[in-house]
Amino acid sequence: MVQNIIDVRNLSKSFDISSKEQGLKGTIKHFFRRQTKSLKVIKDISFEIKEGEIVGFLGANGAGKTTILKMLCGLIYPSEGSILVSGYLPFRRKENFLKNITLIMGQKQQLIWDLPPIESFYLNASIYDLDKFEAKKRIKKLSEMLEIDEELFIPVRKLSLGQRMKSELLAALIHEPNILFLDEPTLGLDINAQRNLRKFLQKYNKETNATICLTSHYMKDITSLCKRVICVHDGTISYDGKLDLLLKKLSPVKEILIVCRSVEDAIKLENSGFTVKNKIKNEITIIVENNSTTSSLKTILNNFDIEDLYINEPPIDEIIGKILIKKDYGI
Amino acid sequence: MNFKKYLKVYKKFLHTSLASELEYKTNILIDLITAILSLIGSIFLLSIFFQNNTSIGGWGFEQSLIIQGIYTVLNGITNTWFNPNLTEIVKHIREGTLDFVLLKPIDSQFFISLKKIAPSGFLEIILGFCLLIYCIKINQINLNLTFFTLCLITIICSICILYSIWFFISTTTIWFIKTWNATEVLRSFLYIGRFPLNSFSFSLRVFFSVFIPIAFITTIPSEVFLGISQLWKILLEVIVALVFLLTSRKFWLFALKFYSSASS
Repeated sequence: MVQNIIDVRNLSKSFDISSKEQGLKGTIKHFFRRQTKSLKVIKDISFEIKEGEIVGFLGANGAGKTTILKMLCGLIYPSEGSILVSGYLPFRRKENFLKNITLIMGQKQQLIWDLPPIESFYLNASIYDLDKFEAKKRIKKLSEMLEIDEELFIPVRKLSLGQRMKSELLAALIHEPNILFLDEPTLGLDINAQRNLRKFLQKYNKETNATICLTSHYMKDITSLCKRVICVHDGTISYDGKLDLLLKKLSPVKEILIVCRSVEDAIKLENSGFTVKNKIKNEITIIVENNSTTSSLKTILNNFDIEDLYINEPPIDEIIGKILIKKDYGI
Repeated sequence: MNFKKYLKVYKKFLHTSLASELEYKTNILIDLITAILSLIGSIFLLSIFFQNNTSIGGWGFEQSLIIQGIYTVLNGITNTWFNPNLTEIVKHIREGTLDFVLLKPIDSQFFISLKKIAPSGFLEIILGFCLLIYCIKINQINLNLTFFTLCLITIICSICILYSIWFFISTTTIWFIKTWNATEVLRSFLYIGRFPLNSFSFSLRVFFSVFIPIAFITTIPSEVFLGISQLWKILLEVIVALVFLLTSRKFWLFALKFYSSASS
């Protein structure tokens, strides 16, 4: 049986936030008498993550995804509740715990700006107490997986964003952690760089059985990497389960575009009882329930003269967009 | 603590920060020229003070040069280690890159205090020691083991006090987010360390001994240099240094509990 590597129980976090009124008067008031209030950003959440799982945290900006990740890796003290990661209390930041995890943030970098990435790798290797031989071996292996070579010897400031992100990944993985916390790792990358990064993460997970917790606003990251998602809405978990189940629930229908041989056939099909979305000449789009797709297709193919047909899933971004604003999915 | 590991990491820090600095040759050259001009300017200023006075606060020109020498050594250490690292703490906290430091299996205070060096500060240290050697000659100071030991102890204590005050101020960034000004004020106070403590009024002497112990930083090592320091003063400096060092350490560990990291 696969063990839980992350165990979160009734976790809450509050921050003191100061607010300021608009204008000069507000600024002066804010300077002399700062109004602060305690804001509960994470509200009594509980979940477990199994070893080797890739879990995506979904939610709108400010929903609390990054705060959860930062509490899991021990950067922020929880206000209430308990967290166990790999058997450790993260916020104690014990050496063995830190050697087990890594945090990668798409918008922040740890590489030394003026030097080639290779210098940062060896610095990290010394921090993780790796000898030169072992460090060299791991750099070689990871650089092959990430498909970077010459870039290792070019100053970071001269690398493209994609090359820099790959180097950041290598720097963060040199100690071969078995839990990866990724906060928007593909932010700002072009489509190819995003795809390469996803490919790498899949491969890394497969080869090392590492657990990956990921937040991203690029839906492709979530759909291609995560079987399980945790949806965070206003500091609470609104859904925790399989991604495909959530998608099915939120989008129970498919669109079928049918190209008939003649306009007459299209009219006949329009009046045959299907829900029609639109009709242009001999092309007609109907909407069918997911569970009746096969039977509907059989009926259409048997009774009408069809030239071509296309089955479309509703755009994933549209569905996920619903998740970001919805609190209850009825699942 | 695994000293072998920390030594290995420090070697890497030295290597990477030297390599980073050497990327910008002109900048190093300008820093070196600034260090030389700054020392010449300070000695010139001191000589103006002594143009119409044979002594200030009981200190003659030759003796005051010792304070200047010690100040130059300490300023060199400040510019080599404290300035590039401790000013970065504010940046680390403001931008949230302290996250990377805290998640490394290494002492965070060690990491943020020693990661960088500015090699141009070495010249100031060398110039300071050259000035001190010259002072030994003109003040006809007897060199012996006790002299070297006491000088070493008091200078190390001065470095510890200076570091602790600076680190303490930088740590407050965790609550106040922006404390550039506070470290600038500290640097301004440090200039006061170029003059003998006795040259100030009683109230200022108390202020610079008790509240911001700048006086300990230069005056006591200078007195040790001249062989006029009393044992209780040396002991007091050692105690102050230890108290400051321990307090800054405890304060850092306490402050980290309030670190909220920057939003992404």
